[in-house]
Amino acid sequence: MGWGDPDRIFYRLCWGFSLGMVFLVLGIGITLFWGSLPSLKAFGWHFLVGRIWDPVNEKFGALPFLVGTLITSFGALILTLPFALSSGIFLAEYAPPRVADALSTVIDLLAGIPSVIYGLWALFYLVPLVRWVEMKLGVIPFGLGLPTASLVLAVMILPYAASIIREVLRMVPHELKEAAYGLGATRWEVIRGVSIPYGLSGIVAGLLLSLGRALGETMAVTMVIGNRSEMPRSPWDLANTMASVIANEFTEASRDIHLSALIEIGLLLFLITLAVNILARIIILRLQVR
Amino acid sequence: MGNKETIVDPRGPIIFDIRNLWAYYGEKPAVKGVTCKIPEKRVTAIMGPSGCGKTTFIRCLNRLHELSPGARVEGEIFLRGKNILEIDPVVVRRRVGMVFQKPNPFPTMTIYDNVLAGYKLLGIRLRREEADRLVEEALRKAALWDEVKDSLHKRGTYLSGGQQQRLCIARALAVKPEVLLMDEPTSALDPKSTAKIEELVVELKKTVTIVIVTHNIAQAGRVSDYAAFFYLGELVEFGPTSQLFTVPRDKRTEEFLKGKFG
Repeated sequence: MGWGDPDRIFYRLCWGFSLGMVFLVLGIGITLFWGSLPSLKAFGWHFLVGRIWDPVNEKFGALPFLVGTLITSFGALILTLPFALSSGIFLAEYAPPRVADALSTVIDLLAGIPSVIYGLWALFYLVPLVRWVEMKLGVIPFGLGLPTASLVLAVMILPYAASIIREVLRMVPHELKEAAYGLGATRWEVIRGVSIPYGLSGIVAGLLLSLGRALGETMAVTMVIGNRSEMPRSPWDLANTMASVIANEFTEASRDIHLSALIEIGLLLFLITLAVNILARIIILRLQVR
Repeated sequence: MGNKETIVDPRGPIIFDIRNLWAYYGEKPAVKGVTCKIPEKRVTAIMGPSGCGKTTFIRCLNRLHELSPGARVEGEIFLRGKNILEIDPVVVRRRVGMVFQKPNPFPTMTIYDNVLAGYKLLGIRLRREEADRLVEEALRKAALWDEVKDSLHKRGTYLSGGQQQRLCIARALAVKPEVLLMDEPTSALDPKSTAKIEELVVELKKTVTIVIVTHNIAQAGRVSDYAAFFYLGELVEFGPTSQLFTVPRDKRTEEFLKGKFG
């Protein structure tokens, strides 16, 4: 059983590659931290609360992007929630198995469409739609901006949210549903009174995972958010997210401190998505223990 | 199909009058042309080897069978003269409650809320005193009150298996059904809990009709007034338990009671 044993080689190989992935995550974190050091030193905590992002005068405050990211992501989550819940419930409880399988496949396909295509679609269809609504409401009809970015994000995370909700509802034990039916509950009463309470933590975790995707989504958002690096003054305003400002400015950042500030935004985004994902995993883990 | 002489009509008031009942899963019949009458406020035991259709049979009595994919029912089931296959299943299930093989209290609810689940799920609002009274009454009937009266607001899943099953009985009783169906209610329980449930079954027949499925012959003998023997989807024999156990009229019943199959 030396090094020559194929079984042993394979074992070590698998171990090595698995460990490699852990190092990859750590490495990305360290690289981001290293790259942000100049910015961290120069601005400290002010970076997080600074409202001015002015690369020409070397003033770097990331608050507008934090706000832009949070508004678009949570906006997307709220917009997607009724659709995700209803399609998840339909697929798990109402649709005949064949229909459910076919629809689930279509939903999974939606998740596989490249981000840039969602961006193009949003430019051609969502932007005129939002502009029309804005004209009706009497606000500046940009068409682009926070509402458009939230909408496209809502569409993009819908497949994840819907399939997670479907899976969670499918995990509800059959005996519990029968118990409720046996008491004279209708299908809707069973869903509302048994299935959803039973799967609640899973549903919350699924929505958090979807939120994680929305936070980091770059291409489609960059195409429709308007790319203005100021604090948004209304929910209809042009803005920038953390991901979109990096995508926009990275290639043009000529000064070291500008580059470092962008990397620090990347570090922030990395930490936020990591936290959201870990939180979701903890909830799922607790669910499985029960 | 069991011939007429092996199906004895019970004496006294009848609650269920079942005529030529067939139940299918897809094309496969699981219950084949069952005709019998179930006496009111008595315990009727349904016996038979596994796969004989006894569970499917009682699941027809509260129309739970139809929930299985591809399930279908033919025939007539009269509950106090009304064919339940022609009324809203939701109404049927309020009148005919069920206790399942595995205790299944709702894990997201407290003991108190579990007992009231039949009201809460349907969105029926109760006044506080009325709710308290219903809970106590149902738990007393299920012989669980003394054990849980100080922990009503703990989750039902903290209880032992036997207590959970009695909680499920209380939950079924709380909506005041006319019939309580029990599908092998003790098969997941230890002997002590089993004895307790059996005592309870005998006690409960004062107020409610009980139809209990069991593959345990001795249990059927201990708790039931009437007994039915199912084999391969057919009702082979039905009659007073004392009679069916001592002088079975069908050879297959006799063999089953002797432990030849099952």
